[in-house]
Amino acid sequence: MKPAAGDSSSALVQVRGVEKYYQRGTERVHVLEELDLEVKRGEFLALMGPSGSGKSTLLNLIGGLDRPSRGSVTVAGERMERLDERGLAAWRARHIGFVFQFYNLLPALTAARNVELPLLLTLLGRADRRRRVELALSIVGLGHRLKHHPAQLSGGEQQRVGIARAIVTDPTLLLCDEPTGDLDRTSGEAVLDLLHTLCRQHGKTIIMVTHDPHASARADRTVFLYKGRIVDAIPA
Amino acid sequence: MKFASLIVANLLRRKLRTGLTLVSVTVAFILYAYLSAIRVGLSQGVDVAGADRMLVWHAVSLAQPLPLSYLDRIKRIPGVDLVVHQSWFGGIYQNPRNFFAQMPVDPEPFLRMYPEFLLPEAQKQAWLRTRTGAIAGRATAERFGWKVGDRIPLQTGIWTKQDGSMTWEFDLVGIFDGAKQGTDTTPFYFRYDYFDETRRIGKGLVGWYVVRVTDPDLAPQVARAINEEFANSSAEVKAESEKAFLQGWAKQVGDIGTILTAILTAVFFTILLVAGNTMAQSVRERTEELGVLKAVGFTHEQVLGLVLVESCLLSGLGAAVGLGIGRVLTAAGDPTGGALPVFFFPPRDMVLGAGLGVLLGLASGALPAWQAMRLRVADALRRG
Repeated sequence: MKPAAGDSSSALVQVRGVEKYYQRGTERVHVLEELDLEVKRGEFLALMGPSGSGKSTLLNLIGGLDRPSRGSVTVAGERMERLDERGLAAWRARHIGFVFQFYNLLPALTAARNVELPLLLTLLGRADRRRRVELALSIVGLGHRLKHHPAQLSGGEQQRVGIARAIVTDPTLLLCDEPTGDLDRTSGEAVLDLLHTLCRQHGKTIIMVTHDPHASARADRTVFLYKGRIVDAIPA
Repeated sequence: MKFASLIVANLLRRKLRTGLTLVSVTVAFILYAYLSAIRVGLSQGVDVAGADRMLVWHAVSLAQPLPLSYLDRIKRIPGVDLVVHQSWFGGIYQNPRNFFAQMPVDPEPFLRMYPEFLLPEAQKQAWLRTRTGAIAGRATAERFGWKVGDRIPLQTGIWTKQDGSMTWEFDLVGIFDGAKQGTDTTPFYFRYDYFDETRRIGKGLVGWYVVRVTDPDLAPQVARAINEEFANSSAEVKAESEKAFLQGWAKQVGDIGTILTAILTAVFFTILLVAGNTMAQSVRERTEELGVLKAVGFTHEQVLGLVLVESCLLSGLGAAVGLGIGRVLTAAGDPTGGALPVFFFPPRDMVLGAGLGVLLGLASGALPAWQAMRLRVADALRRG
């Protein structure tokens, strides 16, 4: 299968011949099959497909949260299968920002503390960390909500805190797993605007899993997955 | 340090559960402090026994008296520095429940033998001058509100006076303090010469001897020599170190160490289950959050460390508070009104308790931390 996007020289993400399967008793369940994909630096890519098509699995492989059964995943020149667990964790901290459907904020921490989490793994001092947290929260329009706990924020605001946490380390790649899936239309629109801005004005490369055609329309390109393979369009 | 806010926030997310666990750990350590003090009390100050002192008593029983004439013979044995005698009086002050030890002694050598009894010089001189004089330990004096100059009547069922009376009256001329923690300040001492002249029976007899050796290393040889000196006599003796004597005395109650260890093991095992359950619940509730931490770059080992530190903090805090409260409570002294004259929480046990607190934290956090460490990020996020 040909790569879904050409020009491999500028590709930030290269997925080559990736398979992912799980062993369930004697049965082997294939989630991804012979998959090739390239994502260019600065591109905003949407991944669409029905439930069980392998979108989140692919996102996890690109984000180094899981390992392929076969094939290779290269991000920013690093082949992930060559990294051990510790190396992978350090690599994620440096290159990847995750945005989750249900925000996944730590309820016991304030917005600022949530955003600060990835920075705890850096050598930055307290003042620098605080400066970065304030910057990230101001980018997402929540500079005034530093001390609020997640329970005190609306869904849209929580997702924006989640995005601030994802960008606070200035990562190479943002991986968003249905970032608007739990939001109403207005809040979802605001999040999409924000992601668009991060891509256009801050040069972030974004891969977004979504079920929502409206959301995918905001991306530069949409890749369709069906039964673990990339297809031109989702069968009706 | 930068992870502190994360750890504290996690501990405080379920305040009631954390609070109850903290209280459980605290209560366990208060109990630990009390049991330590009771162990010290039941072993009657074995830890503070003089290394250079030994006791010599009748080979048959401590209740059998020895002739006063043994004093000079023991003094002549090489390696002996000082010898004093003591006898059991067994008097009752007002009420049989008001127990405290009373013994007739020879004041001057007695005070030299026990430098840990701190008696002001003026009171010492008063005791030497006053035949009916007596000194009491601070604990007993405070217990009954005695002050110097008081007249103390003691009833005895053993020692009838020449006039047939069973009531002995003493003039309190001094109150002594203990030089170190653990020194028993409950006894009451009075003069042997007055006692021996006034009693109707048992004249010229004493209860036992206390011998100070010139060098603690010589104690075994001196003990052997004393035993041999009185071998085949009508009153053979047994000599052993003060520490061994006190240990033997304590063992009459049972193997206190084993009993207390068994109680504490049961207590700490229960607390281990309580704290372990708290940590396990806490980690289970946070599966998704642990997945997020790993997703943003925390390593498995860092997650393990976070859970263990959280667990140790919970146990450590409970231990610190419990040990502190235990220290304060035991500092009030003997809670039994005389049965445990030496009653305190030793600093050594306090340090051991702190170690136990950390150990409890590690043990209760080990399994949840291990599970958190092994958690796969994708699974954790899916489970959330």
